[in-house]
Amino acid sequence: MSTQTDNTSNTPSNAPSPKKGATGWVILAFFVIGFGFSLLGGWVGFPNMLYKEVPHPIDFNHALHMDLVFDGCNSCHYFRADGSFSGAPTLNECRDCHQFVMGTDPNEEKFVEEYVLQDKEVPWNIFAKQPDNVYFSHAPHVKGAGMDCAACHGDIGTSESLRPYQENRITGYSRDIWGWEMSRLGEPKYAPRMKMMDCVNCHVEQTDSKGSCFQCHK
Amino acid sequence: MKIDRRCFLSLAGGLAVGHLLTPIPWKITDDIAIWTQNWPWTPVPETGPVTWKNTVCTLCAGGCGIKVRTIRDRAIKIEGRTDHPVNKGSLCPLGYASLQYLYGPSRVKTPMRRTGERGSGQFEAISWDEAISEVSGKLDALRKNGRAHTLACISGSDKGTVPVLFKRFLDAYGSPNFIRTPSGRDAHEIAAYLAQGHKDKNIGFDLENATFILSFGCGLLDGSGAPGYQFNAYSRFDKGRTLVQVEPRLSNTAARAKKWLPAKPGTEGALALGVAHVIVKNGLYDADFINGYAFGFEDWTDEGGNIHMGFKSLVNEYTPQKVSAITGLDANAIESLARDFARAEKPVAVCGYNECKPSANIDKTLAVHALNALVGNINQAGGMIVFADPEYAVSEVRKDRIATEGTAKPRADMAGTDRYPQSRYLLDLLPEVLMGANENNLPVQALMVTGANPVYTTENSETARAAFAKIPFIVSFSSFMDETAKLADIILPDHHFLEGYRDVPAPDGVGKAVTSLSAPVVKPQYDTRNTGDVIIDIARSLGGTIGESFPWKDYDTFLKQAFKEHYRDLSRNGYVIHAEKPLPWDRAFATENGKYAFYPTRRHAAGTDDKSRLPAYRELDIPGDKANGTLALIPYKSPRIAAGAVANPPFMTKTIDANVLKKEMLFIQINPETARGLNLRQGDTAVIRTPAGEARVRVNLFDGVMPGIVAMPAGLGHTAFSKFIADKGVNVNALLKPSADPAYGLNTAWGVRASLQKA
Repeated sequence: MSTQTDNTSNTPSNAPSPKKGATGWVILAFFVIGFGFSLLGGWVGFPNMLYKEVPHPIDFNHALHMDLVFDGCNSCHYFRADGSFSGAPTLNECRDCHQFVMGTDPNEEKFVEEYVLQDKEVPWNIFAKQPDNVYFSHAPHVKGAGMDCAACHGDIGTSESLRPYQENRITGYSRDIWGWEMSRLGEPKYAPRMKMMDCVNCHVEQTDSKGSCFQCHK
Repeated sequence: MKIDRRCFLSLAGGLAVGHLLTPIPWKITDDIAIWTQNWPWTPVPETGPVTWKNTVCTLCAGGCGIKVRTIRDRAIKIEGRTDHPVNKGSLCPLGYASLQYLYGPSRVKTPMRRTGERGSGQFEAISWDEAISEVSGKLDALRKNGRAHTLACISGSDKGTVPVLFKRFLDAYGSPNFIRTPSGRDAHEIAAYLAQGHKDKNIGFDLENATFILSFGCGLLDGSGAPGYQFNAYSRFDKGRTLVQVEPRLSNTAARAKKWLPAKPGTEGALALGVAHVIVKNGLYDADFINGYAFGFEDWTDEGGNIHMGFKSLVNEYTPQKVSAITGLDANAIESLARDFARAEKPVAVCGYNECKPSANIDKTLAVHALNALVGNINQAGGMIVFADPEYAVSEVRKDRIATEGTAKPRADMAGTDRYPQSRYLLDLLPEVLMGANENNLPVQALMVTGANPVYTTENSETARAAFAKIPFIVSFSSFMDETAKLADIILPDHHFLEGYRDVPAPDGVGKAVTSLSAPVVKPQYDTRNTGDVIIDIARSLGGTIGESFPWKDYDTFLKQAFKEHYRDLSRNGYVIHAEKPLPWDRAFATENGKYAFYPTRRHAAGTDDKSRLPAYRELDIPGDKANGTLALIPYKSPRIAAGAVANPPFMTKTIDANVLKKEMLFIQINPETARGLNLRQGDTAVIRTPAGEARVRVNLFDGVMPGIVAMPAGLGHTAFSKFIADKGVNVNALLKPSADPAYGLNTAWGVRASLQKA
């Protein structure tokens, strides 16, 4: 018996169980937690870390100016005699009208006092600024293809207040280039996106060709 | 529920898989790629309206018109100005790269005073007022001690309003020692005086219209002389036009010439006489010019009844066979060269200005001038052109007693003294004079340096450095921290040429009376001032007759006044051509009889016989003894290496081939035959020794170099400027040594004896 007793006591059911780990469900749960955390971090946390909100030096009212000028966007954003595009107006151009404070808008007052009177260029945030390895010419798009400004820049021309500007902490360029939607899906929030594939897609649509590399990368 | 290692692995797995489905890796990769385009040290041109501004490059004496693309106050790009009469759009690499000097780290940014030991490069920044009062204080003390004549000025040019202001300053102060740095101009000036009676006139060559250019060693396409003018003239060469190059090395010019004649170096004068022999013997000369406007072609009798040998009798000796023996060229080649030259529609023979190493050989220069005279191609389209500079409307200098006495004293460099009465400037002799003098009787007690870098460019440069270092007070007006500025006590930095006004006189060797205006393109980047303004301020601060001699408000006022009615055109067009046509033959020569002197009666010669006055061939020995130096070192010029006062900017250094400069090691060129004798192979390191010094170099075997010759590029081996420029290769001037002409004191050495030994 004793032998049997011995035998019984040695059966596996009575012995302290050998190391048995977590069940498959637990492991899966951890996988899902990790997976979910990544998705959350990548889609929600990451954009907030990557971009910082930069205040505009002056909250420019495009709509107000559009009512006062004669030639629409061209009045301030014009083509120079050599065909190059002027981009944002320089202080000298603004000064033609704003030598002194003319209205009651605090933004105008700030502009005159901090920039005009101190002869300092306004460090405008440029939503559409491209890296230097991209050569972009407005002339073939606006003059050649007859595109509207809004086709690429959105309806900023009719806005009373500038839309928010977020700067990419790594590159220093505007969030508008990638687009506000991290997935780059759906309609863009403010204005068309401006990554290379956005140019390419439009070119393919309009001209059946994406063009040659050196057209933009000179 | 148990949690173990596998759970955490699973968590990590979940994180890893999950993040692939987020924008994180893709967006960060993309952003990093863009970030790499935005290094803060990568210069990015400003955006804004583009303007093109015309001005003139002054980094060498070539005077090329340039246009500068600017955005706001930033110069972005330089190109040749297509409507400028000198270069018509052509430009050398130095001109293209000159923006690197405008914005580069070798600029002297404020006035500086030396604080460390001389040459240590330790300076402190001082204000302009302090700097000017210190300079005028020192000069005033020197003058009061009765040593006004010991002030010297070394200038890269003696033409143009700024050098004129310096000359004027020395005149009013009381010193005769205005010294121009040596150049090909020296020998041409003397030849023009001897053969045509002109003093201080320009000799140019109309290469644009010449149909046959016989070049005696001119680096026309090697960046010597006026590179833009020469490149452009060659670019318009068509099939009917010929370039023949006489040179011991297959240079760029020789490679592009129709014929390359590798005459032994130093024998070019004999070749010119051989060509003249064939022309005279076959009656191919311009009889109209010879009979009507020349003197000394035939034998002649002087007032005392003595018969003298004429040029015709002289060249009679120089048969093609004899010249062949001297030069090593084929006799038939000499014969056919002479016939082709004389029969060409507009032949021109050139030498001097544009040589890499202008050997100031008066005989050779006279012989080359005589060739042009023989074919009647003086003051003709496509020929040798003589013209004067515009006269500046400037009042007489006011001199007090000290000034009158001081300017009458003999010059420190011995030019114009009884020993070398017909020479104007002899900088090459100055280091020896200084080394031989003790501190008290040093003939130069104060030195001003403008537009020159003599510590680098003077041959035997280490001795020159030691000699100049003995001068108690040195003032440099350089824009850059060059070798001479580094040695100075005070630096009064000039603007970069894109920052201020300056007139640019007709470039040496260009057959046109053109004066250009260098005008500001951008605002001064640093606290620099136009040297013209500074010298006016120093004069005024010294007061007395010196101050009275400088009555102008500032340099720009002086410039306008000096050019009078021409100034409007000058500022509107950027240049003015002040003599449309050269003088006709009956008014062209200022000799006693108004004729071109084949026999230069005025020549101050070592001997008294006819042959020492006539341009006979005389063998010129070069410095060094034959026992120790079996080879001859000659410098060569490359369009990719700036060899003057200004060093090679990094953009240009990048273009140098790896068999010319590799890392810091410079390659010399030798013929494979020479290399065999010395047991040297391609790429070997060797030590080259000359009487002036020695250097470690590497060997590049080149069939285009004459056996027995070692060719070394000029313009490398700088020790100053910036860390991006200094310590690359060897300065050939440190190995060369001048050898003085017995009658003129000018440096006639075409090279130096050298030995080469495997290291």
